[in-house]
Amino acid sequence: MSPVALVPIGNVSDKLLQRLEKTIREIFRLPVSLLPLPTDPALAYDPYRNQYNSTLLLSVLLKSKTDRQAKILGVTEYDLFVPVLSYVFGEAQLNGAAAVVSSFRLKPELYGLPAQPALVESRLEKEAVHELGHTFGLIHCNDTRCVMHSSSYAEEIDFKDKSPCSSCLLELLSKELFAAERSPR
Amino acid sequence: MNKPDVGILIVDDEFSVRDSLSRWFKEDGYRVGTAENATEALKIMQEQSWDIALVDIKMPGMSGLELQRRIKEIDKNIVVIIITAYASVESAVQALKEGAFDYVTKPVDPDDLSHLIRNAIKQRMLAAENILLRTKIEELSKLDEIIGESPQIKKVMELIKTVAQTDATVMIRGESGTGKELVARAIHANSNRRYFPLIPVNCGSIPEGLLESELFGHEKGAFTGAQYRRKGKFEMANGGTIFFDEIGNVTMKLQVDLLRVIETKQFTRLGGEQAIHVDFRIICATNKNLEKAVEDGTFREDLYYRLNVFTIFLPPLRERRSDIPLLAQHFLRKYAYSMNKSISSISPEALDLLIRYDWPGNVRELQNAIERAMVVGKPPAIRAEDLPFQLSSRLKVAEADSLAEVEREHIINILDRTGWNITRAAEILKIDRVTLYHKIEKYGLKR
Repeated sequence: MSPVALVPIGNVSDKLLQRLEKTIREIFRLPVSLLPLPTDPALAYDPYRNQYNSTLLLSVLLKSKTDRQAKILGVTEYDLFVPVLSYVFGEAQLNGAAAVVSSFRLKPELYGLPAQPALVESRLEKEAVHELGHTFGLIHCNDTRCVMHSSSYAEEIDFKDKSPCSSCLLELLSKELFAAERSPR
Repeated sequence: MNKPDVGILIVDDEFSVRDSLSRWFKEDGYRVGTAENATEALKIMQEQSWDIALVDIKMPGMSGLELQRRIKEIDKNIVVIIITAYASVESAVQALKEGAFDYVTKPVDPDDLSHLIRNAIKQRMLAAENILLRTKIEELSKLDEIIGESPQIKKVMELIKTVAQTDATVMIRGESGTGKELVARAIHANSNRRYFPLIPVNCGSIPEGLLESELFGHEKGAFTGAQYRRKGKFEMANGGTIFFDEIGNVTMKLQVDLLRVIETKQFTRLGGEQAIHVDFRIICATNKNLEKAVEDGTFREDLYYRLNVFTIFLPPLRERRSDIPLLAQHFLRKYAYSMNKSISSISPEALDLLIRYDWPGNVRELQNAIERAMVVGKPPAIRAEDLPFQLSSRLKVAEADSLAEVEREHIINILDRTGWNITRAAEILKIDRVTLYHKIEKYGLKR
């Protein structure tokens, strides 16, 4: 059983997927598997805003999740939004099963700066852990170094570590899923 | 991850807005409630307390503007943020005029929303803190610090309550240590000016050259060393009360200045030209015989009449001896707590001495005596020998042989008891003042 499923939405490089898989496994200490997205993500596309509705993408992701997976994380290059906000880096169901992250707003070139693919990967890695953390019930943390600290602009992500702070980690370890995965069989 | 318990209520007829905002705030750890119309919002408002309400301005039925009014009727300190589409900015401005904290236009930048919510929380916390401080001020206004059951002190409390509600200038008369400043504070704390400062000025302790600058402030460069502009006490007391302690010690020159400020309620800073208007109430206190000072020409008569509008006389402690046990017990509790000592009572002998002593230094002397007794005393009670006066004198009298020695020691005792108040000592000794002076000279007594 792989409690966490990683799902590419649109074009996502294998290299990036492998990096995310490794990070998630290291931080959450849970097996990770790759899953294809069976449904067309176009139904989450809003032509008026030229963005993808992240809440609808979460529904699409949930359709591809089987009972074998506890959590499902979508990764995309698409620009995401929720109806009331102009954009989001990602969205997650708090204490739920699905989360999605996007690299679109994490790219320096979007803000007129030189492209830095390595920096974007590092930012996306942190946002993936962040959104997945929400599915485990973690809320935003006041510690600016903690991966669960809220970031609303890209440079803010660079201050964060890719791991949760000790108190968020303790919170995470108290979750049922971890207890089950770690108990002797 | 400790988050303050902040409740955000989202009122919007669009499900997607309620849903996305709700998710967004829950990730921040806030308590979130949603309502799809004004009726539902008002019902939720009645059931639970909320700190922030995000209200859509355009909803079917009751509008966001009307809802804002109704919400504020339920909780006037709630922070309302209006959600609006671009087309209805005008109504949002109207909402701001009616007390909304801010408005956001859909779709809102997440960074702006985060800032807005953080500021709204700060505003709500300041409002809560303000309420708490006001409550504390109200508690302080209960005259708790003035202790006593005697008719004399009850009369003083009545006078405080009566005059506090007015803006009349109050002169507090009484011997040193009777609690004149405490009365001034009680008047201020019970007045409508209580949320503004009470600025005490001890006219006796500030050197003459500095008092002017203390009272009126100064401009930069007004004199050597005046490197910065500084506000004076009058300016600081704006809206509140200024308390002049030992007003009888003010020099003639300053008396002229004071009179002018009291009459015009305006002044200029030292070295300045701009007239500054201030609104303050004056309370003053003295232990001097101001009438005699007016007669002698050392205190201006016009200033005396300006200040002597409503007078409160504080009785000396020896004239309200029935309050001594209460006061002593109050100080005992206070010092037992601060010194962490388990002394909880006063022995009957010690209490007898406390009641019979004349307390020339009044309540302040009693307080000091109890503090000292608490330092040297041992649990469970203060004993007579822990008190700083009387015993040594008594022993001396007991040890004296000749009548002259007994008389000498007795006169010393009485003079000590009365704080060398010759008139009072002569009254107690039942001799006239001249005879007492002769005896002081005869026995070579010195203070």
